[in-house]
Amino acid sequence: MCGIAGIIHRQGSAHIGTEVTSMLQSMKHRGPDSTGFALYGPPSDLVVMRFTLADPRTVTDYGYVERLERSRSEVESRLAKIGANVERMNGETSYAYRALIRYEGELKALADYVEDVPGVEILSLGSSLEIVKDLGDAENVAEQYDLSTFEGTHAIGHVRMATESDVDISGAHPYWAYPFSDVAVVHNGQLTNYHHWRRRLERSGHRFQSECDSEIIAVYLAERMGEGLSLEVAMKTSLEEFDGVFTYLVVTKDSLGMAKDSMAAKPLVLFESADVVAMASEEGAIHAVLPDAVETFDPYEGEVLVWSL
Amino acid sequence: MEPVTQQTTSQAPARTVYDARGLVEPHADVPKISVIADGRASFDASELSTRQINRELRWLLYDEGVTDLTVRKTGSKHSIGAGLLLRATITVEGSLGYFGFGIIDGPEVHITGRVGWSVCENMMSGVVVIDGNAGSCTGAAIRGGDLVVRGSMGARTGIDQKGGLILNGGNAGSNTGFMMQRGHQIHCGNVGPGLGDSMYDGTIYVGGTVASLGVDCVEAELDDSDEEYLERKLGLYDIERADSFRKFVCAKKLWNYDNLEPSERKLVL
Repeated sequence: MCGIAGIIHRQGSAHIGTEVTSMLQSMKHRGPDSTGFALYGPPSDLVVMRFTLADPRTVTDYGYVERLERSRSEVESRLAKIGANVERMNGETSYAYRALIRYEGELKALADYVEDVPGVEILSLGSSLEIVKDLGDAENVAEQYDLSTFEGTHAIGHVRMATESDVDISGAHPYWAYPFSDVAVVHNGQLTNYHHWRRRLERSGHRFQSECDSEIIAVYLAERMGEGLSLEVAMKTSLEEFDGVFTYLVVTKDSLGMAKDSMAAKPLVLFESADVVAMASEEGAIHAVLPDAVETFDPYEGEVLVWSL
Repeated sequence: MEPVTQQTTSQAPARTVYDARGLVEPHADVPKISVIADGRASFDASELSTRQINRELRWLLYDEGVTDLTVRKTGSKHSIGAGLLLRATITVEGSLGYFGFGIIDGPEVHITGRVGWSVCENMMSGVVVIDGNAGSCTGAAIRGGDLVVRGSMGARTGIDQKGGLILNGGNAGSNTGFMMQRGHQIHCGNVGPGLGDSMYDGTIYVGGTVASLGVDCVEAELDDSDEEYLERKLGLYDIERADSFRKFVCAKKLWNYDNLEPSERKLVL
């Protein structure tokens, strides 16, 4: 089933960590397996990298702690070798880290070099995007990663009911649009021409972190925008080129968009005002952060809407 | 697993139990928090779970003999008011989530907010008036009664509709009247693509534009009885009439069925 949510404050920063946590927690019944957030803080001249050294379900045998420490050291060493100056690195759990890096080179080269370390997965890379995802419900994940203090302008989130792949961080949403910075997607539904698009995008030189069809959307949109299309046009093109039933949300450095396929078979409820736009699979999630009497509506089939800061 | 903090009501602390997937299901004692006077009752649902709201509704209507009740602050919870099989007047001050007032037979319901997907699914009789918008699959498989939405509605309105009326003051999405079998739909605004796709029977009136017709749906001539029906129903619920309506029915090119009730068919056979 899964649940998706998004919020954008068009007039400035807000406590988006707390807000998206409340929205996702109210949809816990739609997906109790894992929860993920893509949050946009104030843009920085540093690169923010969120990465994991292992999956939380990795067997913690006698060598586990040492292996994680070796992996972390190897990541630091490779960052240094590629010319990235680590200004700060925090371990938020034993396996998940947040690093602030001063780096002027190509992000793809950095991502490929770091992810070459066995077990390491980069969740997000960009000047303001931070993806946090882990097993459990929204409140558990938010507490683990201290999201209550996160302030920013816009965010999306996802609660997952695992159906076609494992319950692990790789299968959790949101997906970063590797190797493009600051683009992320959450998705509710199923793409039936997944393998077709995966082969096409792989032939263009992209690689994928997971077997999940949602990752295709993120990379597809980023590639189209890389070709010069606007976010909105790229999303409209996606409705023509993807088969299946789906509703997805996409965020970039300064925008949040939603798209619904022509069958309109996956729900989304939307509230829009001059200051804030909020959307979710269920209206209860909007009410979790906004007053009860708001006027909400369902976008129609084949609809693409984009809001910018 | 640690127990999750229970929502509070005016009742004694409730036990916390879990369903098969480990989700919290509050204990379903009847909250009995309503104010009751002269056959009328009201309660605030903001602190109640779905199950508690429904238990309170059934207690009031079936055990206490209340015939006019108001529920406040429903908070878009799902499956509220399902399975009420009696005559009563119910006002919901707020919005509902999915499957609100499904499988009902008799009540007159007024919802001041909006509703999610599949409101009134399988309604047998009664009247449900929604002041706001409705999600997709509005009035799926209704058998009778009047379902009135003053706002707009999503896709697949009245899918598998078997009777009754769906009256829409605004626009509707794609596949409106999909596999409709009987009954009426009135849409004062525009409808999306695939109107009346694979419908067997029934009548759909549209006051705005039609993006496209579905398979085996055709436009028909609007006669005096149609005009009278539209006038009566729109007037009854005080919905502003579109300038002109068009009528859509099944072309019956793919039609291989009779329209007899099962009991009638037995008599014929």
